[in-house]
Amino acid sequence: MTKTWNNKAWFFVLPVLALVAFNALIPLMTVVNYSVQESFGGNVFFFEGTKWYSQVLNSERFRAALGRQLIFTFTILAIEVPLGVLIALCMPRRGVWVSVCLVLMALPLLIPWNVVGAIWNIFALPDLGLLGRVLNGIGFDYNFTRQAGDAWFTLIVMDVWHWTSLVVLLAYAGLISIPDAYYQAAKIDGASRWAVFRHIQLPKMKRVLTIAILLRFMDSFMIYTEPFVLTGGGPGNSTTVLSIDLVKIALGQFDLGQAAAMSIIYFLIVLVFSWVFYTVMMRNEGEGQS
Amino acid sequence: MARIDLSAIRHSYMPRPSVEADYALKQVDHSFLDGGAYALLGPSGCGKTTLLNIISGLLHPSEGRLLFDGRDVTDLTTQERNIAQVFQFPVVYDTMTVYENLAFPLRNRGVPRDEIDRQVRETLALTDLAAVAQRRARGLTADLKQKIALGRGLVRSDVNAILFDEPLTVIDPHMKWQLRSELRKLHRRFGFTMVYVTHDQTEALTFADTVVVMYEGEIVQIGTPDELFERPAHTFVGYFIGSPGMNLLPVEVEGVQARFGAHAIALPGAVRDVKGPAELGVRPEYVRLGAAGLPAQVRRVEDLGRRKVVWLLVEGQELAAVLGEDEGLPTEPRVTFAPEGINLYVASRRRALEAAA
Repeated sequence: MTKTWNNKAWFFVLPVLALVAFNALIPLMTVVNYSVQESFGGNVFFFEGTKWYSQVLNSERFRAALGRQLIFTFTILAIEVPLGVLIALCMPRRGVWVSVCLVLMALPLLIPWNVVGAIWNIFALPDLGLLGRVLNGIGFDYNFTRQAGDAWFTLIVMDVWHWTSLVVLLAYAGLISIPDAYYQAAKIDGASRWAVFRHIQLPKMKRVLTIAILLRFMDSFMIYTEPFVLTGGGPGNSTTVLSIDLVKIALGQFDLGQAAAMSIIYFLIVLVFSWVFYTVMMRNEGEGQS
Repeated sequence: MARIDLSAIRHSYMPRPSVEADYALKQVDHSFLDGGAYALLGPSGCGKTTLLNIISGLLHPSEGRLLFDGRDVTDLTTQERNIAQVFQFPVVYDTMTVYENLAFPLRNRGVPRDEIDRQVRETLALTDLAAVAQRRARGLTADLKQKIALGRGLVRSDVNAILFDEPLTVIDPHMKWQLRSELRKLHRRFGFTMVYVTHDQTEALTFADTVVVMYEGEIVQIGTPDELFERPAHTFVGYFIGSPGMNLLPVEVEGVQARFGAHAIALPGAVRDVKGPAELGVRPEYVRLGAAGLPAQVRRVEDLGRRKVVWLLVEGQELAAVLGEDEGLPTEPRVTFAPEGINLYVASRRRALEAAA
């Protein structure tokens, strides 16, 4: 029997390819292009090879921004994931309160990012914000616009407030998909609350938690709007995370080559982290059906 | 192992049940004897799983008491009752190996390590799982997973009873038969008290010594498979057991005769205090076709290989008859009923026929 080749399928794929090319590949290639060239005014370009890359990788400033970025991302992951799971475990599995909880949880996710930044900026102002006044009132010397530690504290609390809900919703979706029989069997087997969590709930949440951690990792690693509105990267450079630094280089200093090289490195870091994490988490998923 | 007594158990899923229809279990008084193999048989929604969950303690009955060997356990937790239960869908702990799955109930109860090892190995051998002991449970087939679930019940040698809630639903037909006979074998060897919930009559009749038939929250008959077939105590049992189910004809009882339309059917005995409307129940196996009796029309014939089912119309009433594969159909068939196959029902309940005086 000979196989029939039918190339008509290409007509269905081509529009998608064209779309992806215009919104992803072409802009990306432009950045690649900039990253290996020196640009002057009047559209004059010189090929520079890997100069911008080595410059970015060797720069103290990039390393410092990357360090701050890593600290920020892993801090919020360490808080949001356990906290999200804990809240999801406390939510009711059925009844009228389910929808109330879900709506309350979804609220922070519905607020535009710059609005979140603005809310927290005003909320935390030491002289007129509620949070700032209360903290100062009970004896803390709190001023997020002047003290780096306070700026970090505010930034992390804001991100936890904004994004823990996402982890909660995903973990909750994983939890309610566990059939009752598992809990009943655990009762029959005399399992403790901890054993139920460790051997039933956590394994069943593994896939959704993997997605939650991936999303939160990528999102927080690329965070821009909220710190831009809240602190603008300050005081000094204390909260200048990667994307804020990148914008400063690209639009503040107009160093197109350097900014392009930095963008590519930035992109590769996110890609590699996500890929390694996903591969490790899904290592044993292949064997048999679940 | 223990004897389980249910005393006036009633259960409703509503917070304040008022009318009879609010109860999922209307009234259950029954004893499961120590070492018996019981099947709870009934259609979906008849309360059989509710009853099972009440025995295991996953549900607290709205009313009534539950006794294990005479001890009141109504208010004890599932763990304190020491019951094993196997569910419809195989429940295994995905992240653990088969060995760890079996060890889990023992570990939770703080059994010493070497004692766990001894018992788990014994159970692995018993359930033929030794070969996969070190495999992770998640990759196994449904029937192996169900064996693990069963093994988790068997591993505790002191359980009071093992309860099965339609455990073979997701198992392939040829494995079903094998698992069922293994269960029988295990039961004969160790004599657990076993209660097996199913809606499949074949499963119930082949598994159990005693079948408890439930219908709309009540036990309608308790008996051996033979009794359920020959003398259904309730029209529902007649309909539910047997394929096709029992024929039921509306009749008027007059002494030792039952009047069916224009015809009179002789009863094998008289019924005391019964006059007027009743139902005559005859299994298709006891319907005879011949030259005498009630005139019938043949509607259709289903050939089932070794036997055939003939659907007849008698006085506007549909009637099934089972014939051997070689038995011929008379051209103008007339129907009679074998006297030993005649049962009489008043308000769905069977009334005993006394030998004619």
